[in-house]
Amino acid sequence: MRLSKGGLIDRSETFEIRFDGRRIPAHPGDTVASALLAAGERLVARSFKHHRPRGIFSAGAEEPNALVGVGRGSRHEPNVRATVQEARPGLRLASQNRWPLLSVDAGAAADLAKPLLGAGFYYKTFMWPKAFWEKVYEPLIRNAAGLGRLSGRADPDPAEKRTRDCDLLVIGAGPAGLMAAREGARAGLRVVLAEEDFLLGGRLLAERETVGGVPGAEWAEGVRAELESLGVRVMARTAVFGVYDHGLYGALERGPGGRATLWRVHARRAVLAAGAIERPVAFEGNDRPGVMLAGAARAYLNRWAVAPGRKAVVFGAGDDAWRTAEAMAAAGLEAVIADARPVSALGPAPEGVKLFAGTVVSGTRGRLGLREVRLRSDRGERWVQADLLAASGGWSPSVHLSCHHRGRPVWDAGVGGFVPGADLPPGMSVAGAATGAWSTHAALRDGADAGRAAAEALGASVGAAEALPEAEDAPRRFAPLFLVHGAGKGAYVDLQNDVTVADVRQAEEEGFGAVEHLKRYTTLGMATDQGKTGNVLGLAALAQATGVSMGDAGTTIYRPPWTPVPISAFGGDHRGEAYRPALEAPSHAWAAARRASFVDSGAWKRAEWYVRGRERGWRDSVDREAALVREAVGICDVSTLGKIDVQGPDAAAFLDFVYANMMSSLAVGRCRYGLMLREDGFVFDDGTVARLGETHFLVTTTTANAGAVMRWMEFVRQGLRPDWDVTLISATDQWAQVAVAGPRSRTLLERVVAEDVSDAALPFMGWRDVTVGGVAGRVFRISFSGELAYELAVPARYGGALMERLMAAGADLGVAPYGTEALGVLRIEKGHAAGAELDGRTTAGDLGLGRMLSKKKDFLGRALAHREGLTDCERPALVGLRVVGEGALSAGAHLFAPGAGRTAAEDQGWVSSVAWSPAIGGMIGLGFLARGAERMGETVTASDPVRGRETDCEVVSPHFVDPDGERLRG
Amino acid sequence: MILPHPLLGPRDASEFVYLGDASLLDRPEAGPPGAPEAAAIERFHAYQHLRANPAGPHRELWFHEQGDRSLLVVTRDTVTQQILSVELARDAAR
Repeated sequence: MRLSKGGLIDRSETFEIRFDGRRIPAHPGDTVASALLAAGERLVARSFKHHRPRGIFSAGAEEPNALVGVGRGSRHEPNVRATVQEARPGLRLASQNRWPLLSVDAGAAADLAKPLLGAGFYYKTFMWPKAFWEKVYEPLIRNAAGLGRLSGRADPDPAEKRTRDCDLLVIGAGPAGLMAAREGARAGLRVVLAEEDFLLGGRLLAERETVGGVPGAEWAEGVRAELESLGVRVMARTAVFGVYDHGLYGALERGPGGRATLWRVHARRAVLAAGAIERPVAFEGNDRPGVMLAGAARAYLNRWAVAPGRKAVVFGAGDDAWRTAEAMAAAGLEAVIADARPVSALGPAPEGVKLFAGTVVSGTRGRLGLREVRLRSDRGERWVQADLLAASGGWSPSVHLSCHHRGRPVWDAGVGGFVPGADLPPGMSVAGAATGAWSTHAALRDGADAGRAAAEALGASVGAAEALPEAEDAPRRFAPLFLVHGAGKGAYVDLQNDVTVADVRQAEEEGFGAVEHLKRYTTLGMATDQGKTGNVLGLAALAQATGVSMGDAGTTIYRPPWTPVPISAFGGDHRGEAYRPALEAPSHAWAAARRASFVDSGAWKRAEWYVRGRERGWRDSVDREAALVREAVGICDVSTLGKIDVQGPDAAAFLDFVYANMMSSLAVGRCRYGLMLREDGFVFDDGTVARLGETHFLVTTTTANAGAVMRWMEFVRQGLRPDWDVTLISATDQWAQVAVAGPRSRTLLERVVAEDVSDAALPFMGWRDVTVGGVAGRVFRISFSGELAYELAVPARYGGALMERLMAAGADLGVAPYGTEALGVLRIEKGHAAGAELDGRTTAGDLGLGRMLSKKKDFLGRALAHREGLTDCERPALVGLRVVGEGALSAGAHLFAPGAGRTAAEDQGWVSSVAWSPAIGGMIGLGFLARGAERMGETVTASDPVRGRETDCEVVSPHFVDPDGERLRG
Repeated sequence: MILPHPLLGPRDASEFVYLGDASLLDRPEAGPPGAPEAAAIERFHAYQHLRANPAGPHRELWFHEQGDRSLLVVTRDTVTQQILSVELARDAAR
């Protein structure tokens, strides 16, 4: 019911939200929870495990019960707290974990079966038969229990990710936080103030007290204006959820429309002013809709002008219960107080409120909402009618963020709660109710002190302290109230996970009484609310069961996040194509226009083949392209190979050190194949090195290792040879490089470059400067295909144009582009190692390149390349494999002697690469076979149990085509 | 995590690639060219494979790959995550 006056809502505007299809009126300033309560909606959810009817329990971020689904379709978001979600026009909400209806829920049968569903029930109940677990029990349990469901579709409004840097981050904008931010800003600090709520003021918004002579909310607005004038970044709707290393804080901002922004805030200092969270009391039936925290009931009355009930029992043992009763009475509603303290400890009851001293609540009635409350005192028990039971067991300082660096809070009996311990995250201080300073005056004072201390610590000049605004400073009268005698299996300590006092006792009896065990055995403190209301009460139940003090019972470890953060917020728009940027080769657009199919190669998109005419399968295209290079001329964009420009007086010495073979003896104008080892002696990478000048080299790497080789060379340059005068720069992206390969490649090249590229002018493994249509470039006479071949390089922006020019110039030669698949076929036919052979487990010897290890110089990997295991002559070595007959050969198959058992002991090696070879007219492969070099002509069986293939192969030289290399020298 | 780069000031750790224990800067002598002696192989085995795993200060290499490509030697307390010192590997290796 909405009260006729008061509240921080804009009554001039009314709009509708929908809950399970029903129209609910709301005003700006409402949360979903306040609008639902105003409309008399008490039943809003079903509980996680027992499917118990539940209502709104709190008025803030700690809400355990009132989780709803917001929005529809791909914009649906589950498990939204109704107490945090702002009402806005047209908002659609749906209750969760119920079928068919919230009021008639079939799953509520679970409540009847509650005796079977105690702590650890499914560890015990669903043990047999074992095979049933995955297929039957788990799906059944998952379906019956649980919270909301994800839409399963991509969010059309991805979260933004942003970063902010500041001197001082203030977390929480209650009286302490506002003062800390103000003092920091006045001292000239760059301040960020983050507040989870959409209004500033914290607890002041929920109380009817004045600060500096004006209502609390008004005072908070005044401070906000000053903060903004001082340049403070005031971030409302922003929950700081985690404290990370070196002053990094994670925060989730929700725009008014719900859209998320994930913030990384870097702060030199932080003041945690997160306030406190009220605790429930454990009594039988403490979970019905209509049972609420006393402070929450007061918040609905004062902030939202909503009567959460007409006839209230207010239960507690301290000022909070009394304040709530007074607020009810002031709103013209009925209230009685049940106070556990003896009458001698109490003053006179507030006007219009009946007081039962020495009285506790021992039970409740009402199936879908509270109807009656049972009061118990020395004089016996009585039932009283009530539709609201507002209970307060005391307040727990909100210490979570103070513990994110493994600090443990300590129990303070005077405060009646855990307070932050000494091990705070570096740079953080805590102020206000988060330390157990309960009065408004204390919060203002603590906050101001913390803000000034932060400014001093950062070396800012701090002026004279101003007098604090006048505020409430009454001593706190209360006695902690945890468990009512008799509380058992109907007394919930953790409402979200349906953990009762009986479950805690049972866990302790079954040996899970240590606090971390208790959590995992009962799920106490898990799920979206992380036990914000329930944890300390659960610990009290444990302490009582084990007979230890609260301090000795201790708490579980606190970890981020403080508040639920959707995984999609961490992902942001880094998904789909934006998940990882794709690099396109210089001829990409040209290739796409020529019906190229693209494949991911590292970060690159490379053309794998080009579909021509009526070619229907990839093999048609690849066979044609491979044959073309053997018979005429093909062109292939090889720009993706890594290119590193190495310069300096010590460049030659540097390359001698990095490569296993000699590079300093390379003449200017020549290229050389180079092999690089890791320091552990295995092969790292290969490529060609061209000497451009006496002190200038151009190194190429494989596409996949371009980054790793650059990193490795920088490590060597800076870390191992800091005194050498050599510099490195990546030139991969600067050059478009096109392989022109095939017997007619020279003819084609002569037509496009101005210079002499005859065999005499440009012999095999030479390079020279050329001009192509007036553009300066280079041509390298190197061959991966084994044919007469060149690689022609021009600045990257001419990549497409170069392809175009080569195609036009070579039309009569039959020129066509070829892709990476044909490239693979050609190099397998030639026995050239590539990624599948250079897999980090093979040595130079394994690859048949043992002679490349120089005996004239030191080089990286030399020592360990000579260790015992790497020089073992039994090691599998590179061989060619030719399928006998018609069988299919698969890469990854293992090699066995024919008839040998398929056991690890009989394993003689593996197949690394396979191809159908147009040149050979059959299936061929490269592989590693024990003592391979001695076994030419033998037959081995390639066994691929995954695909069910057993293929006999003849062991041959890996050089299937032109073993003497006559073609490439032609 | 933030690393105070000696040339560029505080930089986010995501700009760096971790390259391992800073003892990698102390590459042993491999001896004269050709096949090394057993003792040299033994030294390299220790260099390449044996690492201390301290609870406390640890010297390690961070490569500023998304930045100026400086190789840094960072001394980090593995218990508190405190960064105790940072220097250019060029200077540390000299």
